Amino acid sequence: MSSEKNCAQQIKEISGADPLKCMKCGKCSASCPSFNEMDIKPHQFVSYVANGDIEALVNSKSLYKCLSCFACLERCPRDVKPAKLIDAARQLVVRQRGKDYLTADEIPELLDEGLPQQLLVSAFRRYRR
Amino acid sequence: MQRVGVFVCHCGSNIAATVDVKRVVEAISNEPGVVHAEDYQYMCSEAGQALIAKAIKEKALTGIVVCSCSPRMHEATFRKAAERAGLNPYMVEIANIREHCSWIHKDIVEATEKAVILARAAIAKVNLNTPLKPGESRVTKRALVIGGGIAGIQTALDIADAGYEVDIVEKTPSIGGRMSQLDKTFPTLDCSACILTPKMVEAAAHEKINIYTYSEVDKVSGFVGDFTVDIRKKARSVDMDKCTGCGVCQEKCPSKKAPSEFNRGLGTRSAIYTPFAQAIPNVPVIDRENCIKFKTGKCGICAKVCQAGAIDYEQKDEIITEKYGAIVVATGFDTIKLDNYDEYAYSQSKDVITSLELERVMNAAGTTKGHLERLSDGKAPKDIVFIQCVGSRCADDRGKSYCSKICCMYTAKHAMLIRDKYPDVNVTVFYIDVRTPGKNFDEFYRRAVEQYGVNYIKGQVGKVIPQPDGSLLVQGVDLLDNKQILKQADMVVLATAIEPDPDVRKIATMLTASIDTNNFLTEAHAKLRPVESPTAGIFLSGVCQGPKDIPETVAQAGAAAVKAIGLLAKDKLLTNPCTAKADELLCNGCSACANVCPYGAISYEVKEVNDHGIREQRRVAVVNSALCQGCGACTVTCPSGAMDLQGFSNLQIISEVDAICQ
Repeated sequence: MSSEKNCAQQIKEISGADPLKCMKCGKCSASCPSFNEMDIKPHQFVSYVANGDIEALVNSKSLYKCLSCFACLERCPRDVKPAKLIDAARQLVVRQRGKDYLTADEIPELLDEGLPQQLLVSAFRRYRR
Repeated sequence: MQRVGVFVCHCGSNIAATVDVKRVVEAISNEPGVVHAEDYQYMCSEAGQALIAKAIKEKALTGIVVCSCSPRMHEATFRKAAERAGLNPYMVEIANIREHCSWIHKDIVEATEKAVILARAAIAKVNLNTPLKPGESRVTKRALVIGGGIAGIQTALDIADAGYEVDIVEKTPSIGGRMSQLDKTFPTLDCSACILTPKMVEAAAHEKINIYTYSEVDKVSGFVGDFTVDIRKKARSVDMDKCTGCGVCQEKCPSKKAPSEFNRGLGTRSAIYTPFAQAIPNVPVIDRENCIKFKTGKCGICAKVCQAGAIDYEQKDEIITEKYGAIVVATGFDTIKLDNYDEYAYSQSKDVITSLELERVMNAAGTTKGHLERLSDGKAPKDIVFIQCVGSRCADDRGKSYCSKICCMYTAKHAMLIRDKYPDVNVTVFYIDVRTPGKNFDEFYRRAVEQYGVNYIKGQVGKVIPQPDGSLLVQGVDLLDNKQILKQADMVVLATAIEPDPDVRKIATMLTASIDTNNFLTEAHAKLRPVESPTAGIFLSGVCQGPKDIPETVAQAGAAAVKAIGLLAKDKLLTNPCTAKADELLCNGCSACANVCPYGAISYEVKEVNDHGIREQRRVAVVNSALCQGCGACTVTCPSGAMDLQGFSNLQIISEVDAICQ
């Protein structure tokens, strides 16, 4: 893996989220339906990215326990977008294993206007093959 | 030609670290008119001012340029220094080489070049300055206080005690404001009514205070020292002189289903009502929307039972026009609406309430006579959960960006009072941070934890889920234990963010007082002039300026009063001589200037003018210099260039631009 600092930067870029906006209220973890399944909790995701501790993060099973329900993102008072950070970490793992699961040309026909785009992308990532 | 002196300030390192001040002095020394130039470490200090005075006298200067901070900061300082040295104060120009230059640049070469350019512009302007003499305007020895809560009452009492007449305008039927709705007050737990109502009585009985309740400010014109205000006394439908306050009308009124504003909609009231028993004045109003007489024409019971014959269905709104020297805004706050917070189930369950609603539940004069009970079924709660920061400290579009400041303390108060009165009730507080700066505040919070056993959990609540059995399931997190918590509760209290009363926007517009993005009124200076609006003669009292608790509000109310008294104590005010003036020969009488003037300072006269030997009658613009505030709107509107602003003439501005572009 490239340097952890670099990875943290990538996660921020992919997600468009800024972990520094977090005020550590824990509302993400309070809202998460998969909380008990996770080893690293949603609010910790934010601080792991902020602290550049990416190795532990990408090896966490939490990546695959997140349901992409976006409750954390909807309720976060600071607009930190924990679900997008988690999603970006997943993306990072996927990219490091070789490639994106979807190519850019495949996306348009998969789009349904009624569906949140993030949901589609993260669902494909999880339920591939 | 003027004899100009230029004084370049280092401002410690504020300017000197980014601008080569010696180079500035050197560069402008040969500018037209400059006969003296020097730099000094702190030009605003006594020693710096002495340098200026010395140079004015020794070099017979007729104008000076000070290259320093913003004119908002020290223009007045340097004008006074010049005046003491015998120079007309309007022969002083400031080149702002701090805020406009050193603070925003990093490169010393660039910043120095810009400082030289700004200095040149000011020199070009001062060369065209003419001595100006301020006029005088009168001060009406009367103050208006908008809002009759604790802030407005305290300000009014302090101004009145200094011997000046004060009018309070309050939009609801009684003075008292939010504080009258509270049960106990932190950090001493004394009863809110017990400390507020004597002040209300004192205000009502004060010979210098006149209270207009059920009234609103309709229109404001004029300026500092001489405001003219229209106050709309809304039709009360009750004659205030005749009513004895016996209360029979309220008892007999058959329409009793209107939601009580005073009880935050938790209870109902009659259509003819006083908001609460200790209301001042103790004269009811008829809420015409809920009155059967007004809705159907039938009923009229209140008029029949009123022994004093005070009921007057024909009463109309009345406009009172009054003059004031100073206006204090004390419009207070409300809690935010919780429409965007579905996760807390506020609209789904009657047992999820705001803290202000809990005040009405706990208050002995409230809907439940002070018994703590669930609003859904009247049962005594066993588990109460408090949620902090609901809508405060938000970066999203649902809440407010600021900390509402009072919630940590009132929640500790509520928790403590409940545990004291009902020791078998479990009280849990979900908090993000506990913020208790204030005298005896943290001790108070610690008492809630250590003596009263309130369970404080560091973490937020994600969701409140109403259960089929009527209880509430609270899903939250304990961040210190790193555990998600599912907690049964039968009452949830939301520490709801506060926001300025929505009417403040309307009032600020009328007063031309500025407000920030959160609708809080802006101070003239955040640190050094915290109770004054940037608009002269307008003062700020209480939460309309920013979130604050009762002790702070009372302190600020006194400060606003002192500032208002300082103004009212003056017999005359010096007016700004930088006012507009019309050139009769150029004016074509088109009225464009009068149409844009926000102060109504321009009128028209038919005058005989002598235009190069031709005598004729012409319609020309005339500026009332007492009303003109020198905004310059007319000068840029005038199509013929007849309108000019003294001290900022078109020629002066053009010469500044030329100096910058040379």
